[in-house]
Amino acid sequence: MKQNETLPSGISIEHDPDDLWSDSRAYVNIGPTHPAMHGAFRMCARLNGETIEKSYCEFGYTHRAKEKLGENRTYHQFVVYTDRLNYCSAIQNNVTYSMAVERLMGIEVPERAIWIRMACAEIARVIDHLVCVGINAVDLGAFSFFLYGFHQREEGYMLIEKLCGARLTTSYTRIGGLMADAPEGWERDIKAWVKKTRATIDEMDTLLTNNKIWKQRTVGVAIFNKDQCMQYSFSGPSARAAGIDMDLRRDQPCMFYKDIEFDVPIAQNGDVFDRYAVRMAEIRQSLNILTQIADRMKKGPIWSEDKRTRIPDKEVVHNTMEGLIHHFKFFMTGFDVPEGEAYTQFEGSNGEAGFYIVSKGSPRAHRMRIRGPSFWHYQALSPMCQGEKIGDMVAALGSINIIAGEIDR
Amino acid sequence: MDIRTPVANNYGDLATKFADTWKSQISRLQTKFSGAIEETRMPGEFPVDVPILYVKKDSIIGVLSFLKTEQGFDYGFLADLTAIDEGPQEGSSVPRFEMVYNLYSLSTKARIRVKVRLREGEEISTAIPVWQGADWAEREVFDMFGIKFTGHPDLRRILMADQWQGHPLRKDYPLRGYQLFTEPDPINQSLLD
Repeated sequence: MKQNETLPSGISIEHDPDDLWSDSRAYVNIGPTHPAMHGAFRMCARLNGETIEKSYCEFGYTHRAKEKLGENRTYHQFVVYTDRLNYCSAIQNNVTYSMAVERLMGIEVPERAIWIRMACAEIARVIDHLVCVGINAVDLGAFSFFLYGFHQREEGYMLIEKLCGARLTTSYTRIGGLMADAPEGWERDIKAWVKKTRATIDEMDTLLTNNKIWKQRTVGVAIFNKDQCMQYSFSGPSARAAGIDMDLRRDQPCMFYKDIEFDVPIAQNGDVFDRYAVRMAEIRQSLNILTQIADRMKKGPIWSEDKRTRIPDKEVVHNTMEGLIHHFKFFMTGFDVPEGEAYTQFEGSNGEAGFYIVSKGSPRAHRMRIRGPSFWHYQALSPMCQGEKIGDMVAALGSINIIAGEIDR
Repeated sequence: MDIRTPVANNYGDLATKFADTWKSQISRLQTKFSGAIEETRMPGEFPVDVPILYVKKDSIIGVLSFLKTEQGFDYGFLADLTAIDEGPQEGSSVPRFEMVYNLYSLSTKARIRVKVRLREGEEISTAIPVWQGADWAEREVFDMFGIKFTGHPDLRRILMADQWQGHPLRKDYPLRGYQLFTEPDPINQSLLD
């Protein structure tokens, strides 16, 4: 029974004495170290019962001054720092960064290197999406779904390990080339992995997509519509889930994406379920792209002919004076990048990843700006969750796939 | 060889593809905002990837909302908002900072860059009325460069702690040194009221 009650301050409120929660306000602090927060994030919220009335988010707990380091390290040295941006798809950042510097220097990379880079980017995309949908499901209680995905993710890391020996912090690309060529039969490995992952994705789809509990927890939850997405600069799967038809691989193709056939999956509602569905569809598209890449990859050089960025062969370094001097100069002073500026973008797993580099002609950048999609997505978490239940905040956070390394930089 | 070398698989074709679009857009802008545009840098003439418009500080919001909404421009996607520090300048009249707005058009697929030159201590109006998402990006610029935004509702530090001294991405900021804060921040209730 609702009744009117006058508070000591003189304000009259509608109050239900039988409902203990009807008039309670609680301030809760979630994070920075909380298992549901996917990294060192913090959210402070004012709750009315279970509903979030207002909230704000904080981050910066893992700030490592990447942009400052970019101004104080040579272009070659900065490759390792790019791994630690979006650590779910580390190799993709390597590819984007190398592309950005090569663009400033006007370097053309040989065909084989580009195909390998594209394969890396797509493997990373599959891995990233598997993590995203898997963790999102775990947060809502679907644990076995996550294990299916994570097994395939480990297998995907095996492919990357075959390239460079590392699984997570790859540092695989170099300016003007690659650290090492792909091993014999790598294309075959990709195809085998694609086949297995396709089966796994079908299995995961059957397991979860039409599950009643999953649908109740995700459909219509944390809706972010098209206009809001444009206001908050959403890109990637989160924007496509709201009906924004954008994919930089198709709209501004770099590398050989214009020779590849693929679809851009789009959903309309912009809720948690649509973001999940778009990611699942994108994994399938990435697997199609990987098959095409594996078919078209041919033997050939992996280093550009450009003398400025070519790391001298060990054979030459150990046996000739000039080679040793070249090696020393390359690693101690670095190479000069001609004056100029460019913003180089790539359709990363979560959205538009970009490097805005301003060069003044020295071996170090004048300004190294990193645009991470998560930064813009995380900003929208508070408006997205306003009026939602606190438990749905976890679903929303998982669905936009926030990566701490990319936000904090 | 620099950025002007056309490398097709690395966005080298964009400069020729959009050359006419950019040309007509910039001539329209120059007639519309004749007094507000200080300088334009076109790819090909300068080592840049997209046209750069240097806009006077006071007309930045007008130019940005024109670029966002006007038919034929449609730069509705704020790809990035950041700043560049040129280091401490001799004399207070020389501009030290550049505000950078990277814009992208979903309909024409073209990109453009708008810049504003700022002297030390100068303020610039916030872009939140045009894009709500500019909020955090501007907080980051304030945190890293110390540029203040007039009209910003919540201009606090974002990456560094609230008690932090100095602005790390300035060129005269020292590379070594510590500022340690061990006390956790309590919930800021004023932000939740």
